[in-house]
Amino acid sequence: MTFLEVKDLVKHFPKHGGFLNRVIAKVHAVNGVSFEINRGEIVGVVGESGCGKSTLGRVMVRLLEPTAGQVLFEGEDISQYDHRQMMPFRRRMQIIFQDPNSSLNPRMTVGAMLREAIRFHQIVPHSGQADYVESLLAKVGLHSDDKDKFPHEFSGGQRQRIGIARALAVKPEFIVADEPVSALDVSIQAQVLNLLVDLKDEFSLTMLFVSHDLRVVDHFCDRMLVMYLGHIVEELDCKQSGQAALHPYTKALLGANPIIDPDQRHELTLLEGDVPSPYDPPHGCPFTSRCPLVEPRCREEMPPLVEHTDRHRVACWLVEPSADAS
Amino acid sequence: MTDSEPILKIEHLTTRFHTDRGVVQAVDDVSLELFAGETLGIVGESGCGKTVTSKSVMRLLPTHLSSFGAESRIEYRGMNLLGLSENQMRDIRGNQIAMIFQEPMTALNPVFTVGWQLDEALKYHTSLNRRERFDRSLEMLRMVDMPNPTRRLKEYPHQLSGGMRQRVMIAIALCCEPDILIADEPTTALDVTIQAQILRLMNDLKKRIGTAIVLITHDLGVVAQICDRVAVMYAGRVVEMATVHDLFHRPQHPYTRALLDSIPINDATHHGQRLPAIEGIVPSLFELPQGCRFHDRCKFCEDECRQTEPDLETTGSQQSVRCHFPLSELRS
Repeated sequence: MTFLEVKDLVKHFPKHGGFLNRVIAKVHAVNGVSFEINRGEIVGVVGESGCGKSTLGRVMVRLLEPTAGQVLFEGEDISQYDHRQMMPFRRRMQIIFQDPNSSLNPRMTVGAMLREAIRFHQIVPHSGQADYVESLLAKVGLHSDDKDKFPHEFSGGQRQRIGIARALAVKPEFIVADEPVSALDVSIQAQVLNLLVDLKDEFSLTMLFVSHDLRVVDHFCDRMLVMYLGHIVEELDCKQSGQAALHPYTKALLGANPIIDPDQRHELTLLEGDVPSPYDPPHGCPFTSRCPLVEPRCREEMPPLVEHTDRHRVACWLVEPSADAS
Repeated sequence: MTDSEPILKIEHLTTRFHTDRGVVQAVDDVSLELFAGETLGIVGESGCGKTVTSKSVMRLLPTHLSSFGAESRIEYRGMNLLGLSENQMRDIRGNQIAMIFQEPMTALNPVFTVGWQLDEALKYHTSLNRRERFDRSLEMLRMVDMPNPTRRLKEYPHQLSGGMRQRVMIAIALCCEPDILIADEPTTALDVTIQAQILRLMNDLKKRIGTAIVLITHDLGVVAQICDRVAVMYAGRVVEMATVHDLFHRPQHPYTRALLDSIPINDATHHGQRLPAIEGIVPSLFELPQGCRFHDRCKFCEDECRQTEPDLETTGSQQSVRCHFPLSELRS
């Protein structure tokens, strides 16, 4: 059985306005997205701001209610579960947020934060709590004395470690990491990524790794989903993303990433213009307004996300599905 | 490039902040030279003093909280910027030395239109009349490849996207054709595709106007793409200074090397591997370690490093490094 399956997931946000504050528009943040995650995989979600990648992560762990579609957790559709039914799943899936400053309660010590989650989900008996908290802190590279400190006493990287410890405290199976290293300095970013790799193996975690940084996703994940205006436009293996990318948007994203070598200064692949407003997405393929290869057909109909080769899906009229599964 | 006189010469710049917890030296004895038409990168992590250096040049730091060292000089066209009055400084700011900031939403005034804000700079620094200023504003927006420039002049910052706001910032900064443009993390808040657009724009404009650029960033990819020379800062000090080629291919300071190594490499062999991270964190400016400021995170630390701080020493024609044991081997 597939560990996690997302089927035609849709999330719309209404925009209120006008005299009676009625719904005047809808943002199509996630617009019919389907994919699977196998146990033990790290799947990256990349895209520019406003493409719906964070919303997708939050809907999957039901921090936001889906508008339509299904989220199957080991075959069980949790998308319509009520508060009580969700309870066991809340333990099994956790989220790590981008900004550790705003996601940690400034008035709680680290220990109190961890104990709250442990007590609520009854992870360990009361007598074992103190030891368990200490072992958690050790696992994420913090000192056992740190349990009596408040979030403001830590640096950004350490706060992110606390966020990770809190997510791991309830022994989850699935973690949504929403831009976990974006707020961190380069040297700290590498530390936290290494920590996530180690913990993933130790706790046999499955992860959805949301990031705008293609370089990090490419390095760290097994597979990546490339999102544009609420749609997945390409799903591909990270090991060879450079050569394998087929969708013009994925190619543009890869090409816009500066190369870390001054001797290979190249004309960065340029996409003209900005991401269109999600209130008023273009007709047909969402990428038409910026695509260098656009054809009349693209403006008429949204291309389906079809399997190109094994584990490689592309949504583009110009990419022919290939028969060989190389 | 080396024979001519630099247009901006920062000498022994020390910038102190007077805080409740005592005095900190955010920038400690930094000397830099900027030559006409070049792009100088200043790289480092948060708190290394790169932004404070640039704000010291612009004299944008709060005067009641900050002070400069007695030896400090910032020489521009024979003037010491640190000795100028606020009025004299105002004539230079935006006219001869302009600055763009990381977050264009907070740097632009939300209650005035784009056109008004461009006009303001021109009104203050030039003797153009209204009509000429309007034409010049329009020309500037065209130059930064703004779509629909005539309409944009009448719009407010919140009506623009992040990339367009940064274009407006660049247009305002360049409208008086400054000698020096200081760009403080100009693309950090932008998506990569927009970053690529802005970087190309800055490169094009540099060629056309001949403005020298000081680019402050933490992103080594951006440095590799557009800088000529680079200064790496750590805890208030310049630790390495080199041409961009030497810095990426022959980094001599262990910190530079470690920064380069901690960037993920995207190929099949390195995929999913642990990154060679720099252990520990940047020291607090209140509790700087004795000796080399990087020693407790350095892989090559020796006794000498713990005791005495190395000087910034010239090691090559255009490379200098602050390390007792500079790296010599080539980066593989």
